[in-house]
Amino acid sequence: MSGPQREQVPVTARALAWERRRRALAGFWREYARNRAGLFGLVGLSVFVVLAVAAPLFVDPGELSVTGAPGRAHQPPSLAYPLGTDTFGRSVLDLVVWGARISLTVGFLATAMSVALGTLIGIVAGHFGGWTSAVLMRVTDWFLVLPPLVLAVALAAVMTRSTLTIIIAIGVTVWPATARLVRAQTLAVEARPYIERAWALGAGHAHVMRRHVLPNVMPVVLAQTTLLVATSIIAESTLAFLGLGDPSTISWGGILQDARNAGAVSSGIWWYMVPPGLAIALVALSFTLCGRALEGVLNPKLRERR
Amino acid sequence: MTAPAHSEAPAGHGAGSGEQREGIVRGLRYIGAKLLTAAVSLFAVMVTSFFLFRILPGDPVRSMTQGREVTVEQEQELRRQFGLDQPLWQQFLDYCAGLFRFDLGVSYQYRIPVAELIGERIGPTVLLAGTGTLIAALLGLVLGTRAGWRRGSATDRVNTGVALLLWSVPSFWLGLLLIVVLASGAGWVPGLFPTGGMMTPGTTGLLDVALDVAHHLVLPVATMVAVVYAQYLMIMRSSLLDEMGADYLTTARAKGLRDALVLRRHAVPNALLPTVTLIFLNLGQVVGGVILVETVFAWPGLGSLFYSGLTVPDLPLVQALFVLFASAVILMNLLADLVYPLLDPRVRT
Repeated sequence: MSGPQREQVPVTARALAWERRRRALAGFWREYARNRAGLFGLVGLSVFVVLAVAAPLFVDPGELSVTGAPGRAHQPPSLAYPLGTDTFGRSVLDLVVWGARISLTVGFLATAMSVALGTLIGIVAGHFGGWTSAVLMRVTDWFLVLPPLVLAVALAAVMTRSTLTIIIAIGVTVWPATARLVRAQTLAVEARPYIERAWALGAGHAHVMRRHVLPNVMPVVLAQTTLLVATSIIAESTLAFLGLGDPSTISWGGILQDARNAGAVSSGIWWYMVPPGLAIALVALSFTLCGRALEGVLNPKLRERR
Repeated sequence: MTAPAHSEAPAGHGAGSGEQREGIVRGLRYIGAKLLTAAVSLFAVMVTSFFLFRILPGDPVRSMTQGREVTVEQEQELRRQFGLDQPLWQQFLDYCAGLFRFDLGVSYQYRIPVAELIGERIGPTVLLAGTGTLIAALLGLVLGTRAGWRRGSATDRVNTGVALLLWSVPSFWLGLLLIVVLASGAGWVPGLFPTGGMMTPGTTGLLDVALDVAHHLVLPVATMVAVVYAQYLMIMRSSLLDEMGADYLTTARAKGLRDALVLRRHAVPNALLPTVTLIFLNLGQVVGGVILVETVFAWPGLGSLFYSGLTVPDLPLVQALFVLFASAVILMNLLADLVYPLLDPRVRT
């Protein structure tokens, strides 16, 4: 049905809607591109994502196992090993490139989990109000007050050591901020007249929440999400560093933990320690810059402040 | 930000003692609500910690007796000693009763009461966290004010940039780098600071000990400050920017006040209020920072104790520290809630 209609350019409602969306997107991009830090973040982010996805093309997973290591231990940077080798003789550059896969995966999945949880709780609390809201927000505040690292560490410690555990531990800790934000936004959206129109036309709770509130809450959530990925990636490396990660996977925090255990700190083997930390910092910074740029575009009041 | 009309509506000629009494009742109700919330939060922490650590994988008795020959009777005896043979509800009641008597059980790995261990270790943590938070707050407030007041200037861009960068750096990695650069002494460079611990063994004399501890304190505090101050800077900056457009600043300028005075006497006091609350709200992150910094620098405080408890796992120890960390943050938040109306008359509604 949509096929033939879209052929005859802007006459149908749907085509008009698409045209409007396309223009809105272009305007959005123009706004975003004006923020140089945001562009820098976007570039950094793309580089790391491409690197993580393409890692198998230039890293041989066999050489990343402790037994299949190609070099000798603790070699300083050379042509063969641009960033030197670790305790087992593995190339540190390869390790860092491969580590991007786990760090980014955990960052994205933990964020997805916490955003889904936060959005659901925020919308339900904002939509129903009253007792539902009071109870949900009390729980949210309680989570907000708990020291996030302590809670994540406790959760990671009581579950089995796996990447899924880390994702859950981070996801459960970081959702409250999103929930508060979404609730506030929901209240603002529901005060608008078009919601009343929807009620008058016989819409139910589910319809109002899904079709009217959710799409209007999403932009704010998007900016928050980008910022949360940075938090999640740092949290992942922290948990791995504390020895709570999956010992069989390679992650940036895990490499740092190995480096510390191998005495890289006291013997000054900087090439073992600097690259993974730098990678964490760059990725986190990229996401933060993107998130702030998005916030600036989506929330003009904030933009005045930046 | 103006006082809502309805609360002052019945004023007029019948004001005086009636309104005053109403104010006191409202104040008491506010305090009561905050106390109740904190009490509920504390209870929730107690319950959570109890059940969370009961589902730990691995048998605590096994990990205690690891590497030693033990008979079944000895295992039974250990189980009885630590109360692990009781039904769950009995264990929970004993645990609650114990918390109120500061009887937090016996550490599996150190074999001494947890309360005693915490008593030994709490001093260094308070010293580290206190010094770090104080310096970070001062630095964040001062730099945030300067950045916000001259928005878009070079000062602002540099300060915001550095803050964002430091916020993105994992604190433990920053600590490791500081050790490598300033403490380990790579090659011919001498180590300027100790690599870890709180004092050199064998130091005596009050002044010498104080100086030695201060020397050991430099790098851990620097790491903590670097990670924490960025948030305070950003909060203070945006809080000041919120005040920038306010009419009272225009009035102050119109009076002919110098720029510095407008900032110091008018803008900063108002911008400071929300920032101070947020500093209290963010104390949870300070706790996280303390755990990492103490672990990296082998600082003999609660954070490194928590870390050592995790690896065993030492159930009573980790559980007690979980409760302690969470309660400390809840109580500090309660304090902020109670003090805030005294500082800011605008929220006394």
